[in-house]
Amino acid sequence: MLTIKNLHASIDGKEILKGINLEIKVGEVHAIMGPNGSGKSTLAAVLAGRSEYEVTQGEVLYNGKDLLELEAEDRAREGIFLAFQYPIEIPGVSNINFLKTAISEIRAYKGLEQMAAKDFLTMLKEKQELVEIDRTLVSRSINEGFSGGEKKRNEIFQMAMLEPKLSILDETDSGLDIDALRIVANGVNKLKSEENATVIITHYQRLLDYIVPDFVHVLYNGQIVKSGSKDLALELEENGYDYIKAEVEA
Amino acid sequence: MGTAIKTNTIKDELLIEFEASKLFLFGNAQLRDKAMESFYKQDIPTRKNEEYKYISVDKLLKGKLKFSTNKNCSDEQIEPLKFLKEAYVVVIENGVFVEGLSNILNLPTGLTICSVVDAIKSNSQVFEEHYAEYADVTADPFIALNTAMAKDGVFIHIAKNAIIEKPIHIIHVSSALENTIIHPRNLIVVDKHTQSQIIESFETVDSKASTFSNALTEIVIDKHAILDHYKIQDEHELGNLISTTQVIQKKQSVFSTHTSTLSGSLVRNNLTIVLDDEHIESHLNGLYLTADNQVVDNHTVVDHRKPNCNSNQLYKGIIDGKSAATFNGKIFVKKDAQKTNAFQSNKNILLSETGTINTKPQLEIYADDVKCSHGSTTGKLDEEKIFYLRARGVGVINAKKLLMHAFASEVVNTIKNVDLREYVEDKISKKFE
Repeated sequence: MLTIKNLHASIDGKEILKGINLEIKVGEVHAIMGPNGSGKSTLAAVLAGRSEYEVTQGEVLYNGKDLLELEAEDRAREGIFLAFQYPIEIPGVSNINFLKTAISEIRAYKGLEQMAAKDFLTMLKEKQELVEIDRTLVSRSINEGFSGGEKKRNEIFQMAMLEPKLSILDETDSGLDIDALRIVANGVNKLKSEENATVIITHYQRLLDYIVPDFVHVLYNGQIVKSGSKDLALELEENGYDYIKAEVEA
Repeated sequence: MGTAIKTNTIKDELLIEFEASKLFLFGNAQLRDKAMESFYKQDIPTRKNEEYKYISVDKLLKGKLKFSTNKNCSDEQIEPLKFLKEAYVVVIENGVFVEGLSNILNLPTGLTICSVVDAIKSNSQVFEEHYAEYADVTADPFIALNTAMAKDGVFIHIAKNAIIEKPIHIIHVSSALENTIIHPRNLIVVDKHTQSQIIESFETVDSKASTFSNALTEIVIDKHAILDHYKIQDEHELGNLISTTQVIQKKQSVFSTHTSTLSGSLVRNNLTIVLDDEHIESHLNGLYLTADNQVVDNHTVVDHRKPNCNSNQLYKGIIDGKSAATFNGKIFVKKDAQKTNAFQSNKNILLSETGTINTKPQLEIYADDVKCSHGSTTGKLDEEKIFYLRARGVGVINAKKLLMHAFASEVVNTIKNVDLREYVEDKISKKFE
């Protein structure tokens, strides 16, 4: 589904990603872990199409297409979803109106018929229940006045509505109390299928107790320095990132 | 070298027209003479005039202008402008009240609507008491010019205790076939304990000529009265409009006014509210969406003269193309006006490199126990927000539209009349297409 080959990216002339290689197949859950500043969020941003990052080398193939050639909105329309680490507040734009516009554009892009208003509302209701988000939150402006947990939950709700093929969750666990974390993880698990793939970017192992990854990768200094099974996450939790650093620098 | 023939300036043309027509104009000749004298002294403002620094009115008032108030509109042409489902409709075409195009049959008890000319003919006491009492001819050349040259307009009176359920819609329509200057003049008097809503819209029908409308509305709000007032400005690309609204409020009255400027070549709004008693509330909201070479200038004056009053203003603008917008908000808090709350906010989005916004708050406070604030911001559409929407599949164009709607909605939502709000929202959507 997604193949990243020797990806280098920089911002303001500073190289952050220094040769990332990663292969993600449909149905898989990958966790990318790493200390602060290792390039985790940069990887997410580059995949989502943030223009301030410059890709200097390498390629990213998504279902055979050159992902880096696509505009951010086309990536989303092709089924890539980035759950933001810090979801922005957009006063005056209602969640519902926003999702309606997004779905309408995605369907137009795919050459699908537009959704009937009734079907949209049914879907809205179903997905609200699935990810356990309050109806009143959904009818409000995007993230306006939401708590940290509510914002993250809203990201997962949008993910449920847009039904992406590849979801990238950027530090979705940060700032969540344990109840919110469980709800968010629960939502992600329910949305997981044999048809899609999930990438979880996190600093801590905690979230991985609830969303069990098939693969764990350690990102350090712009490269994936170690990959393994879910046990690698536990190992990291046990020993901290220092032992990875020691290993890499040895 | 031949001798250049000196052509008359527009100021002289106006004076000549005034002298020729004044015998046929309604009302007090002395008042008109005084007003004309004042206009002549003040002259058409140039950019050297501090109050008209950002608009070149003098450049517009050049060349041949007609003074015609001919009626050209048919019922069919006016029909689409009657956009409220239920309303008492007054049509003022080229500055003259046209009863045949209006819908003012079966007015409820307490509501009087008639032309200004008829108000004088019928010796209306209320009209005489208030007409031209508030708009000071020495304060502004266009007030002076309107007072001198007005041919007609509408007089609306809402008598004590009347609750007028349906809105009153005044449609100002320009339909001149040649370049024309007009001076519609309205007086609205709402007595104590009344409640009403009045909408003024400014439109063009079937005109390829440049029109210059110098419209003036005086509004008198007595004790405990509640009035919602709206101005929807949507003239064509050759329409120039000076729209003066002069308001006086009495004790415990509540006045809300909203101005949406959607099109027109030049629009200048002079809105002055005098809070002449205690416990008064005034709300001023405005939205201007400008593009191409449009010039939109909102001047507000809120004059707090007595204690314990509240005023609140919010003006927002989206500026595109080579257009220029100005917001100049003056707040006076006089010595007696203790415990005043006066707030003002002006926010702008500049979409183009070539657009201009001038924002100038002016507070003059002579009382010491007051709460006053003002703020203004000008920025671009937030790139982070655009990216967020794009990352969900919304294209750049729709993302920007959503954000512009969001920005405007804060002001649009102050429109309490649902039909009117939907109409304005629809107009905005079309503008963003």
